[in-house]
Amino acid sequence: MTSSARSTPYWILHYGLLALYVAFALFPLYWLLKVSVTPNNLLYSEGIRLWPSRSSLAHYTFVLAHSDFPLFFKNSLIVSGSTAATVTLIAALSGYAMSRFDFRGKMWLVGLMLITQMFPLVMLVAPIFKLFSPLGLTNSLTGLVIVYTAFNVPFATFLMQSFFDGIPKDLEEAAMIDGASRFRAFRQIILPLTLPGIAATLGFVFTAAWSELLFALMLVSKADASTFPVGLLSFVSKFSVDFGQMMAAGILALIPACLFFLLIQRYLVRGLTAGAVKG
Amino acid sequence: MASIDIQGVGKSYGAVPVLHEVDLSIQDGEFVVLVGPSGCGKSTLLRMIAGLEGITRGDIRIAGRVVNELAPKDRDIAMVFQSYALYPHMTVRDNMSYSLKLRGTPSERMAQVVNAAAAKLGLESFLDRKPRTLSGGQRQRVAMGRSIVRKPKAFLFDEPLSNLDARLREQMRVEIKKLHRELGTTSIYVTHDQVEAMTLADRIVAMNAGAVQQVGTPLDLYERPTNLFVASFIGSPAINVLDGTLHGDGERRFVALGSGETMPVSDRIQGRDGQAVRVGVRPEDVQVSTRGEGDHTGQIELVEPMGLGTILHIRTVSSALKAFVLERAHYQIGTDVAFSLPAPKLHIFDAQTGQRLPDQAVSP
Ligand SMILES: Nc1ncnc2c1ncn2[C@@H]1O[C@H](COP(=O)(O)OP(=O)(O)OP(=O)(O)O)[C@@H](O)[C@H]1O
Ligand SMILES: [Mg+2]
Repeated sequence: MTSSARSTPYWILHYGLLALYVAFALFPLYWLLKVSVTPNNLLYSEGIRLWPSRSSLAHYTFVLAHSDFPLFFKNSLIVSGSTAATVTLIAALSGYAMSRFDFRGKMWLVGLMLITQMFPLVMLVAPIFKLFSPLGLTNSLTGLVIVYTAFNVPFATFLMQSFFDGIPKDLEEAAMIDGASRFRAFRQIILPLTLPGIAATLGFVFTAAWSELLFALMLVSKADASTFPVGLLSFVSKFSVDFGQMMAAGILALIPACLFFLLIQRYLVRGLTAGAVKG
Repeated sequence: MASIDIQGVGKSYGAVPVLHEVDLSIQDGEFVVLVGPSGCGKSTLLRMIAGLEGITRGDIRIAGRVVNELAPKDRDIAMVFQSYALYPHMTVRDNMSYSLKLRGTPSERMAQVVNAAAAKLGLESFLDRKPRTLSGGQRQRVAMGRSIVRKPKAFLFDEPLSNLDARLREQMRVEIKKLHRELGTTSIYVTHDQVEAMTLADRIVAMNAGAVQQVGTPLDLYERPTNLFVASFIGSPAINVLDGTLHGDGERRFVALGSGETMPVSDRIQGRDGQAVRVGVRPEDVQVSTRGEGDHTGQIELVEPMGLGTILHIRTVSSALKAFVLERAHYQIGTDVAFSLPAPKLHIFDAQTGQRLPDQAVSP
C-alpha cells in the first residue's frame, strides 16, 4: 500500500500517537529547562506552571563563573572522549575477529564476555578500589577511563560484530585476491563500510561514560578529578538543594552529548537505511 | 598464465570431509569447468586454489610452485564471485584499479589499462558511478573488468552468471568465451549449469559428493559418461534410465527390461549373464515413429514443444521415457507410437556401482 492510499484519520492517529510519545519522553527535559531559567524566588512561590512569569539566565552565569562546573565538564569530556575512542578501537578489532574468525575457545570467550554483563557493578566497586589505590589510579581520570573501557568493551564488541556480520565476507576476500593483506582489506574495504557501526558504538559508549555516576563517585574523592555527574551532586548541600543551578548545569551537560550525536548522525542514519538499498 | 596442479587434495571441516582425494592437472591456457550439484564441493575446491580456504591434505601447485601456505595476495590469481563482491564505496573505476593500486602501478598506466578494459566490456560510461547504481549485468561486467585489468596467472569464476536472467546469461557466456580466446588465461569456472559447462569448457570436471567423477572434453562426458551420475547430470533434457538385466546367449547380447521386453545391446559390452544393469539412453537417441516402425510401443503422455524440437513423454507398459524429436509433426497426447533404442547409442551401467560397463574398444 502506498502512503497516499491511506486515509486522513489514519494520519491523524499516526501523528497523534507519535506526538503523545514525544511529549511524554521529552517532558522531563522540558522541566529541566524550565527550572533552570526560573529565578530562585519564583521557584516555590508560583506553584506549578509551565513557564515562570519571569525568566533569567542567572543560574547559568553562576554555574559557569562561580562554580567548579567548567572543570567537571572538562574532566567529563576527557574521560568520555578517551573511553569512546579506546573502546571503539578495541571493539572494532575484536568484533571483526568475532565475526570472521573461528578460533579455539571462541565460545568460552563469548560466554565470559556475557557474564561480565550479568551482575551488578556495585559488587565490583570494592575490589576495583582495592586494586586501583596502590597503583595511584584512584582520584585520576586515567583510572576512570580504564574502568569504563573495561566495562564497555564486551557490549561494544557484540555491537561491532553485528555490524561486521552485515558486511559480506566476499568483499574482503575479493580485496585479498586483488592483492591486499587481510589487515589492509579490513582498513580499506571493511572499515569504510562500517562507519555507521563505528558511529553508533562511539555514541553509545560516549553517553554511557558521560552519565556514569557510581564509579565516578567511588573512585574519585577530589574535585579536580571529578566528572560532571558527581559535580551535579555538589549542588545538594546538607540543608537545601539548589535546583536552579543544578538544572542549569544539567542543561549545559546535555550540550556535548547533543553535539556529538549531531556530528555522527550522518553515519547513523546511513546505517539505518543501508539494508534498504540492497537488492 | 600458468598451469595448475592439484594432487591428492582433500578438505575436511572438523571431522566432516567435504572433498576426497582430488587429482586434477590443468594446462596453461586451458578453460576448465567444475560442474556438479549443489554442495558437492566445487566452491570449496576453487576457494582452496584461491587461498581463501585451507588445504587439509595434498598439494596445489600454480606454475609448478606449491602454494599451500601462500596467502591469496601472493598467488597472483583473479576471481569473479557469484555476488560480484564489488566494493560498494568505490566508483567503478576505483573498483577496477584497486588491484593495480596495491601493486603501485603508476597512475597514467593505471588509467590506460582501466580504460582499455572498460572499452572491452562496454563500461566506459559507468566508470564514475558507484556499483549500487548499476544493473546486475553491468555489475557482472565490472567484476569481470576487475579481474582482467591485471594479467593474473589464472582466472577463477564461482558461478559468475547465476544471478542474471537467461538472455543475459547466454550473452555473457559468449563474452567470457571470447575473452578467454583473446587473453588465453588459464581459467577455472564453477557452475551447476551443465549448459554453461558444455559450451564454455575445454575440459569438464564433473564432481559429486566431494569426489571427481569424470574429467574430459564436453563431448567425452556426453557420449561416454563414466557412470550413471555423469550420464544423468550432463545433458538436457536428461538421459532416460531403464532398469534391466543383461543377458548373453552366445553371439547375441540383450537387456531384458522388467516388463519382459528385450532390447539388443552392442556385443562388445563386457558383462556377466544375469547382471543387473541400468540402461541410459539420451532422448535424442530414441527413434520415434507414428507408423508403427519400432521394437517397442508406448503412448504419448505429454508434449513439450521447445521450438528447436519437441520433447515427447512416452509411457510404456513398465516405464516412462522422454524422446527428443526434431521434425515438426503434430504429436497428439494419447497417440500410440512405436520407438526403437539403437544398440550403439545405449549406455549400460552396473546397477549396483553405477559404473559404465567396459566395452571391448577400451579394454581389449
Ligand atoms: N565452513 C564450513 N563448515 C562446514 N561445512 C562447510 C563449510 N563450508 C562449506 N561446507 C560444506 O562443504 C560442502 C561443499 O560446499 P561448497 O560450497 O563447496 O558447495 P558447492 O559445490 O559450491 O555448492 P553450490 O553449488 O551450492 O555453491 C557442503 O556440503 C557444505 O555444507
Ligand atoms: Mg558454490
